[in-house]
Amino acid sequence: MKLLTLNFLTCAVKTCKSSSDSFPLHPKDAELASDDVEVNPELLVNLLPRLDWKALKTTSAELGFPQLPDSPPTIEQLQSDDKLLKDLHSLLMETNLMEGKLVCGVCGHEYAVREGIPNFLLPSHLV
Amino acid sequence: MSRPEDTLLADVHYDDVEARKYTTSSRIQNIQASMTRRALELLDLKTPSLILDVGCGSGLSGEILSDIPPEEGGPHIWIGMDISPSMLDVALQRDVEGDLFLADIGQGVPFRAGTFDAAISISAIQWLCNAESSETSPQQRLARFFGGLYQSLKRGGRAVCQFYPKNDVQKQMITSAAVKAGFGAGMLEDDPDTKNVKVYLVLTAGQSAVANTKSGDITGVVENMEGVDVVDNRRQGRSSGKGEIKKGSKQWIIKKKEQMERKGKVVKATSKYTGRKRRIAF
Repeated sequence: MKLLTLNFLTCAVKTCKSSSDSFPLHPKDAELASDDVEVNPELLVNLLPRLDWKALKTTSAELGFPQLPDSPPTIEQLQSDDKLLKDLHSLLMETNLMEGKLVCGVCGHEYAVREGIPNFLLPSHLV
Repeated sequence: MSRPEDTLLADVHYDDVEARKYTTSSRIQNIQASMTRRALELLDLKTPSLILDVGCGSGLSGEILSDIPPEEGGPHIWIGMDISPSMLDVALQRDVEGDLFLADIGQGVPFRAGTFDAAISISAIQWLCNAESSETSPQQRLARFFGGLYQSLKRGGRAVCQFYPKNDVQKQMITSAAVKAGFGAGMLEDDPDTKNVKVYLVLTAGQSAVANTKSGDITGVVENMEGVDVVDNRRQGRSSGKGEIKKGSKQWIIKKKEQMERKGKVVKATSKYTGRKRRIAF
């Protein structure tokens, strides 16, 4: 699972929907892998306004990546700065979470991740 | 035509054998590919986008999303959800590019609001109509799915769901669930009245700021397509029914009484005096 996807994922438990702490999910015992993906600047520009930068910062700190700047780059910066684009691309698109768990900050539910596929099936009393 | 959803749940039906059969059949591959292309045509995406593939299975439809050339607005990236582990296993072996989730769409869509540019679903949502356990009903599952989908799409985003309705009741049930969730819904039928009829439910989530007013619903979407007849029942529906009964008339009073009765209120019996004017006392 790409880190990009993790930036959009919330807890699926019904009672967590209203709480802001159910996002982002916190990776635990994570095993990462790096994939080669072709850089697609247009896509990143399209996605940039939708990213939750604070959540991305938390996630990348939890996974032990170097600290991100406090505020997101602007679209102009992204278009002009090649290195910035590459860095963001490799963090969001090429870094994959292969094994581990995703933990909700509110209810503590653990979603297992195996072979890059998180298991979001819930027992019926949590739906 | 066999309907596997009548007998088993999706995750039970698509076991290892069935998933492999489904993915390697060239007939199914062809049908799936053409339906995905049609759905993409309806989505009308101009830039590389983030797409949700509902019931992605082994990634037959996702592959096409990843392969759209840049001049046609691609390649898109996608996130797929499916309930069958065997199908996802086949997808892993085929090394698809999208992210996969093992999840039940009848339990909702676990993404934050405004995540996706668009969503597609190929031959999946009819499975929602057959969820038989004592805890959930098809209506509940449909409501949860469409509610979650509506939230996770950005405003002005579109979803195209191709599905195989068993009958008109099922079609109606799915459409009304989508409308209840807030979508603008329209139905496109390819090859109507033949055995190969393909039904596409085209949903729009709110109005986008940039879109012009006409492209808001499906009649705007298909406007430029060839060989599409628009059957719009909305105007007719509005003019008939209302307007004929005058407020305060006997007919109107009887209608209101029926409404109240249906709600379980105590209503006086209707007689020949109902709705009559009192005589002038002085």
